Amino acid sequence: MQEAMINKAKQLLADGIVDRVIGWKRGEFVYDITPAIFETAEELEKDFVYDDFTAANVSKYLVKESKKEGKILAFLKPCDTYSFNQLIKEHRVVRENVYIVGIPGGPKLDAEKIKEKGITGILSVKNENYTLKIETVYGEETMPFYEAVLDKCASCKSKKHMIYDELLGEEGDVLDSNRFDMVEKLENMTAQERYDFWREQLSKCIRCNACRNVCPACTCEKCVFDNPDSGIENKAPADSFEENMFHIIRAFHVAGRCTDCGECSRVCPQNIPLHLLNRKFIKDINTFYGEYQAGEDTTSRAPLNEYKQSDCEANIVHERGAE
Amino acid sequence: MQRIGVFVCHCGTNIAATVDVKAVAEALGHEPGVIVSQDYQYMCSESGQNLVKNAIKEHNLTGVVVCSCSPRMHENTFRKAAASAGLNPYLVEIANIREQCSWIHKDIASATEKAIILGKAAVAKVHLNAPLTAGESPVVKRALVIGGGIAGIQTALDIAEAGFDVDIVEKQPTIGGKMAQIDKTFPTLDCAACILTPKMVEASQNEHITIHSYSEVSDVKGFVGNFTVTIKKKARFVDETKCTGCGLCTEKCPMNKVPNEFNMGFDNRSAVYIPFAQAVPKVATIDPNYCMMLKTGKCGVCSKVCSVGAIDYKQEDKLIEQKYGAIVVATGFNPINLDKYDEFAYNQCPDVVTSLELERLMNAAGPNGGTLLRPSDKTHPHKIVFVQCVGSRCDDSKGKPYCSKICCMYTAKHAMLIREKYPDTEVYVFYIDVRTPGKNFDEFYRRAVEQYNVHYIKGMVGKVTPRSDGKIDVQASDLLANEQLHIDADMVVLAAAIEPDKTARPLATMLTTQMDTNDFFTEAHPKLRPVESATAGIFLSGACQGPKDIPETVAQASAAAAKAIGLLVKNSITCNPCVAHSDELMCNGCSSCEKVCPYGAITYIDKEFKMPDRTVAIRRVASVNPAVCQGCGACTVACPSGAMDLNGFSNSQIIAEVDAICK
Repeated sequence: MQEAMINKAKQLLADGIVDRVIGWKRGEFVYDITPAIFETAEELEKDFVYDDFTAANVSKYLVKESKKEGKILAFLKPCDTYSFNQLIKEHRVVRENVYIVGIPGGPKLDAEKIKEKGITGILSVKNENYTLKIETVYGEETMPFYEAVLDKCASCKSKKHMIYDELLGEEGDVLDSNRFDMVEKLENMTAQERYDFWREQLSKCIRCNACRNVCPACTCEKCVFDNPDSGIENKAPADSFEENMFHIIRAFHVAGRCTDCGECSRVCPQNIPLHLLNRKFIKDINTFYGEYQAGEDTTSRAPLNEYKQSDCEANIVHERGAE
Repeated sequence: MQRIGVFVCHCGTNIAATVDVKAVAEALGHEPGVIVSQDYQYMCSESGQNLVKNAIKEHNLTGVVVCSCSPRMHENTFRKAAASAGLNPYLVEIANIREQCSWIHKDIASATEKAIILGKAAVAKVHLNAPLTAGESPVVKRALVIGGGIAGIQTALDIAEAGFDVDIVEKQPTIGGKMAQIDKTFPTLDCAACILTPKMVEASQNEHITIHSYSEVSDVKGFVGNFTVTIKKKARFVDETKCTGCGLCTEKCPMNKVPNEFNMGFDNRSAVYIPFAQAVPKVATIDPNYCMMLKTGKCGVCSKVCSVGAIDYKQEDKLIEQKYGAIVVATGFNPINLDKYDEFAYNQCPDVVTSLELERLMNAAGPNGGTLLRPSDKTHPHKIVFVQCVGSRCDDSKGKPYCSKICCMYTAKHAMLIREKYPDTEVYVFYIDVRTPGKNFDEFYRRAVEQYNVHYIKGMVGKVTPRSDGKIDVQASDLLANEQLHIDADMVVLAAAIEPDKTARPLATMLTTQMDTNDFFTEAHPKLRPVESATAGIFLSGACQGPKDIPETVAQASAAAAKAIGLLVKNSITCNPCVAHSDELMCNGCSSCEKVCPYGAITYIDKEFKMPDRTVAIRRVASVNPAVCQGCGACTVACPSGAMDLNGFSNSQIIAEVDAICK
């Protein structure tokens, strides 16, 4: 796939259809893949990477990139297209300045899961018939592919591209995913158990802001947590509850707009399952206002921005809370 | 430095009995920026207001906090007082320590503590208040009346009388409403049609009145003085401008077995029909549920016999948009569905009827030409039992908790009319109470008992059982004689409770007006503003606000008209300066605010900005039209970036209040 993508990018650059390409390149480690901009065929040949560790969603980068001169080529996985559509709906990207090539998605790998097996010093990882052959500084190791899959890919909601100009490979389907299973588990806890669960998880937060920085729904011109006038600017917390509030505020902020791309949990250095907060909102919105998938299209009204006579009454909150 | 004055009202003992007002004034006197803090018996009195005015002048105040009743009561009083003393009226804040404190608490210590906290919140807010100036917006000189029953007709006539254009929207093919179905009216026993139809004709002839029959309100936008309403004119498949109402099509229509709803289904009408002889507009309507031409494409008889070519099978629903300054709701009532009342055998026995059905059975234009006959075998009934309060004053979920108010009187009317016309018929009335307040009402009821010998029995009917010999066994208890009764009746008449029309609730949502738990529209004040809704520019007429008889309905209809006229005569109304504005540097241009704005006050513009990195960028940002914004604040909560803010209720002010309460 990497080869086909480089060829496609080189061709589009040569034909003058695009001026730049957003893709990925490798960092210090083999599993350390980050988005990058390429402007020439040489750069693409040298650095462009697309492999089992290439999980990063580039849609958010297009908020800035699509407003620059010229046209940019973006390779979007199915999950990334939801984010891109949502950004179009919110007028955050300039659609005409982006040439979208849809590429097949994951499942992608989670280096942390490999390390959890005690495999460190990773030099290269190869997928051979769903067994990972891992070369390390200490010798070769193997593990089953599916034990190293990213959580967000394990509960993938769709293999179908919601928007593209061109497709590389086959078009997939929307999946009947199990993504709400853990949310249901949390819902079945007592209030105290749930509180304890989240206090434990969120107390790990170091306020690095990685979740916010990567989130394609967090594209405010000026984030409230960076705004001294807001009174809740990024600051040393008076107690650990303030970090908890940070995540709750963020979840509310993206409610109805979050496409469930799972990037927040993927980038969290503390492995906090932040996507569960968002999924709870998505599940509730589905129950209260009818099935809704943010990013499925660019025109529909978001349920929290619309009033329908069939909407549930506000006291649902009270009734649910009493459960 | 702020110089804030605090004024604590005793409101006689309304506040002072539960709240230690002196302690409140003392405590708030120590709040930052407060330089004068006083209490007084009646702050809204002239001398109380003077206290505020003098303090403003003497201490050169920059803000005023009045701890008193709800801002709905006296906020304007104190704003005007402040303005007359030279202080911007929007620098006045009210802390509601009556409705939200003294009235709902009993313990003096805790009520006082709460009053102090509410006062502190108001002081914290007034620190951030900015002077505001109100603009003006024009008033569209046209009214909309929703519902064409006697309430809507009367309101429209009165508004038209004052010289304003008024549109009536009626969902049925004719105006007239329930009153058109009624036979005689109490307490005078004159014929309902004889007094209603002249008003219907008057409405149709009035040059200021436009009647949209067979139409519904489908959308309402805007605000007081400037509503934009979309009216759906349902396809009646007859050109209203051509139809002469000759009725030939209704006679020739082969599909003539359609239950006639005007006669409560006791006889049939044709698929193309005119509801009744005096219908206004006198125009035929084709019922698409029954018309063979519309259903199968085969027939076309009406089109062939129509000499003016008015039939149009291709007609479609039409949407018309119109601007109005005022809207009057007159959606009326319906008797409740009696499906749940098996004990009265309403669904089992055709001779058990509702009172409204009895009206049609007795009416000259009814199924029997005015002769009262049993629906089952068309024989003359000799014993009739009336059951009152069927579904009214009910404490279970089957019925309504309220008294339907009109049933006692119309039952007395029915009983009397039957005894007058058919002296050989015995009439029994079972009642919980007989309620006859009203001019000449009790005299009317006593005539039924004393002059017409109607048997009034205090007690409820327990069971109604149709017998195989055609009689109906009515089992009841006589509470005064303390005995069980069995009456073999020929007919049973149920005084079904009345409820608001089902269209009222979706309409209330469109109008953003409030309803009570029974779906009656809520008036702005139950005593002092009975015909206004809490939403400015929306008025209430007739039974949509609560059960009413005809005289009351007409009185309220005229009152609603008077209120609407009072609005329409103004050329402009003062706008609310508490409107939204967008911080363009923070705005993402995401359109969330535009989507939730009920007034269409927000548009988006592409604007050039000098960015922090010294580049110039064109950004899409929200722009609020202050003349259209009504300050509802929906945009401020929808805005994901916090760019939207509301004058007078800014995010920082609200957080300051919350902080003051939580401190």
